[in-house]
Parts: sequence; C-alpha cells; structure tokens
Amino acid sequence: MSAEVHEALFHAPRAHQFDTAEQQRDASTLGMWIFLVTEIMFFGGLFCCYLVYRWLYPAAFAAASHHLDVALGGFNTAVLICSSLTMVLAVNASQNGRRGALIAFLILTILLGGVFLGVKAVEWHHKFVDHHVPGPSFHFEGPDARQVQLFFSLYFVMTGLHALHMVIGIGLLSVLTVQAKHGKFTSEYNTPVDMCGLYWHFVDLIWIFLFPLLYLIDRHAK
Amino acid sequence: MSEHTISTKSYYLVFLALMAGTALTTWVAFFDLGWLNTPVALSIAWTKAMLVVLYFMHVKQSTKLTKVVAAAGVFWLLLLLGLTMGDIVTRGWLGFPGK
Repeated sequence: MSAEVHEALFHAPRAHQFDTAEQQRDASTLGMWIFLVTEIMFFGGLFCCYLVYRWLYPAAFAAASHHLDVALGGFNTAVLICSSLTMVLAVNASQNGRRGALIAFLILTILLGGVFLGVKAVEWHHKFVDHHVPGPSFHFEGPDARQVQLFFSLYFVMTGLHALHMVIGIGLLSVLTVQAKHGKFTSEYNTPVDMCGLYWHFVDLIWIFLFPLLYLIDRHAK
Repeated sequence: MSEHTISTKSYYLVFLALMAGTALTTWVAFFDLGWLNTPVALSIAWTKAMLVVLYFMHVKQSTKLTKVVAAAGVFWLLLLLGLTMGDIVTRGWLGFPGK
C-alpha cells in the first residue's frame, strides 16, 4: 500500500467505512448517546436508592438537607450552567473552524469546572468539620440521627460520583485543548469536541437534578 | 455540517432560561406548597434538563435513531424508579395473617 493510499484510508477526516462525513458523525453521536444512556442508569440506581429512603424517612431527609449550604449549592449550579454555555460555544467555534475561539472556550470551560470542584471541596470540608460524614465519627443533634446518616451517605456518594465525572471531563477537555492547539480540528472534522461536549452537558444534567433533590428539601420549614 | 449549527443567539437564550430556572427553583423552595414542593422542584429540573438535551446536546437536530436512544434511557430509568416505588409504596396496603 502506498503512503498516499494509507493516508487516505486511515488518517483522513472520514474513515473509509463511512460513505459520507455526515454518516460518520451520526454514528459517533449515536454511540456516545448509548454510552450516556448507560450513565443515566448508573446514576439512576443512586437516584432510585435516594427515592426509596426519602419516601421512608421524609423528616430525616428534610432535617439533613437543611445542613447543606443553599448559597454554595446554588452558586455551583450557576457555575455549571455557565460552563455548559462555554462548552456549547466551543463546539460552535470548532464547527466554524475558529481555532482561537475554540481554545479560549475550552480553557474557560476547564476553569469553570475547576471552580465547581473547588466550591465542592469547601462544602465537603464543612461536612468533615461538622462531623456529618457517615462513619464512626458521625454526629448529629436531633432525632433520626441514623436516618440522617443515610442521607449524608447518599449525599457523598452522589456528589462524589458527579465530581469524579467532572474530573474526567476536565481531563478530556485538557486533551482537546492540546489537540486544538496542534490544529487537529477543522470545520470538516470536529467530532471529538462534539462528543466531549455531550459528556460535559450530561454531567451538568445530573447536577440539575442533584441540586433540588439534595439542597432544597422542605426549605420553608426552617 | 450546517444542519448541526444553531445560531449562538439561541444558546444565550437557553443559558438565560437555565439561570432563571435555577433562581426560580431556589426561590420557590422557601414557600410551603404542601405536597407540591417536590413535584414543582422536579418539574423545573425536568424543564431545564430538556433545554440542555434539546439545544446544548443538539438532540433537536439529531437523527431519529439518536432521539429514540435518548428517550429509551429516560424510559428505562422510569421503569427502574416506577417498579421499585410500586413495591415500596404499596407494601403496607394489604393485611395478611400474622401481620
């Protein structure tokens, strides 16, 4: 196989098994969505667990929820929505072949993701200081301490798994930034940016449900 | 891929709607709506999620197959939640000898 043929077969923006670039993009999008559906079910198990215990112990969940910081949680929700905007603008920039804007929006998205994780770390730190971390040193003033511990277990697992996804997302975006600097993406080929965008928005999606479910239970009662 | 490109103006509009939804859900949580508090919070979250999926994740412009896959994810999640809660919620409904 000559070098040119090899180049055309394996390094072209469109892989040889696809008829058109659009077909290739649709296949990637479909594959990414199937992965995201498995992620929905992954988080779904935790949401299901949350639903069962909130149904069984509504008072304990409300009491525990009042110990979370609405201001920090709301601020973080806003930060994530901003990062989704910068991500979608990055995808848009790559589709229009604007490399400078693509790199700028990717870096902005990474920074906003970093802010989110920083605020999250502060919140978790508060929980350690207040002895609200499930385990031998757990302490809660009031009735239903055991059920409150269940809430905090779910809080840490759900926000922890979400934060892990953020860390992975930041890693993916960092790789994209380097690749964009080397001119890998053009208006004809930008599928990786598009796919990482889907992943990033999915992580935002999870938080959109976590925020009201964890932070906003019966707030009027306090 | 011109058909994949939405004008950036609509992105900013969706962004503003998402921010407004966040403010609304936080504000409304401090009012006593009785049993309606959680349904209202989930309705706002669902609306925000649909905006993200349709516009930011471009499902509105995606192929029918992608739309079906995304909807199937929601359907299976509802099966998981619905059948589980169908058990949990109804456990005390029927008496049985020795209860």
